[in-house]
Amino acid sequence: MKKDSLIIANKKFNSRLIVGTGKYKSMSDCAKAIKLSGAEIVTVAVRRVNISDKNKPLLMDYIDPKKITYLPNTAGCFNSKEALRTLRLAREIGGWKLVKLEVLGDKKNLFPDMIETLKSTEVLAKEGFKVMVYCNDDPLMAKRLENSGADAIMPLAAPIGSGLGIQNKINIQIIRKQTKLPLIIDAGLGQASDATIAMELGCDGVLVNTAIAKAKKPFEMALAFKNAVIAGRQSYKSGRIDKILMGNPSSPSKGII
Amino acid sequence: MKKIKKIKIKINGEIKSIYQDSNLSEVINNLKIPLNKVAIELNEEIIDKKKINKIKLNKNDKIEIVHFIGGG
Repeated sequence: MKKDSLIIANKKFNSRLIVGTGKYKSMSDCAKAIKLSGAEIVTVAVRRVNISDKNKPLLMDYIDPKKITYLPNTAGCFNSKEALRTLRLAREIGGWKLVKLEVLGDKKNLFPDMIETLKSTEVLAKEGFKVMVYCNDDPLMAKRLENSGADAIMPLAAPIGSGLGIQNKINIQIIRKQTKLPLIIDAGLGQASDATIAMELGCDGVLVNTAIAKAKKPFEMALAFKNAVIAGRQSYKSGRIDKILMGNPSSPSKGII
Repeated sequence: MKKIKKIKIKINGEIKSIYQDSNLSEVINNLKIPLNKVAIELNEEIIDKKKINKIKLNKNDKIEIVHFIGGG
């Protein structure tokens, strides 16, 4: 079978599953789940170093940034200024240019503030960042982000951490049709089949955190998501049959005794 | 012996007392922070890590030291 890589900002990835590194019981659990998921990109947050407890384990000691692509995010930022500050710092840590922009607008539903997101995308693209943008599932906004220099469009399936699965398949399909940029479902998935649906809609990948980290068995769920993304992609590439309203027998009607 | 004066600065929101004329490099080293895993801001301006031994600290300076942690 022909190799089917995910290409983001000219970089090739074999896995179409991106996983978050938050909410795990421990860093070793997180590292194990990432390994099982087969993910090659993981999202990470930028936070203050704990200066009073120097023995606190560091993420980089568990997940090697030379082997796994770190995707710094702006989680917790509620305006463009905070998001830009965070990503400029992330770049300074060690040259990270591929970033996930996420500017939230409401503390309860965690929906993105698209006006602030759009502003930030423009600035970051001009500064040479490769920006993967968390956004709502609005085709018009997705187009605007594309025109502002985004490197990947990442619409939500449902609110972050909600586990509700894809709520607006039609919009996702419209966005798929209008863009050649990588389209990655980010946020709101609850179980492996949600990832399959995303891939069958033609998405290039999915980003999952809570659904794996907070599953009763995170390691098994990591593997389930890995398989679900592969299955969904294969299904999409195979070209599904047309839907019809009546039955159509699978066995020949000729030669019936 | 002449007593070296101390000044107060803020690191990651915590007030710390350091010797006057300390440079940023000394402060970071004292905290045993691995420089290759962090980014540093001084008064909301990002600092080039290669130049921290040339940056003298002043009273009420605000330093932010950040790194990557788990996140979605």
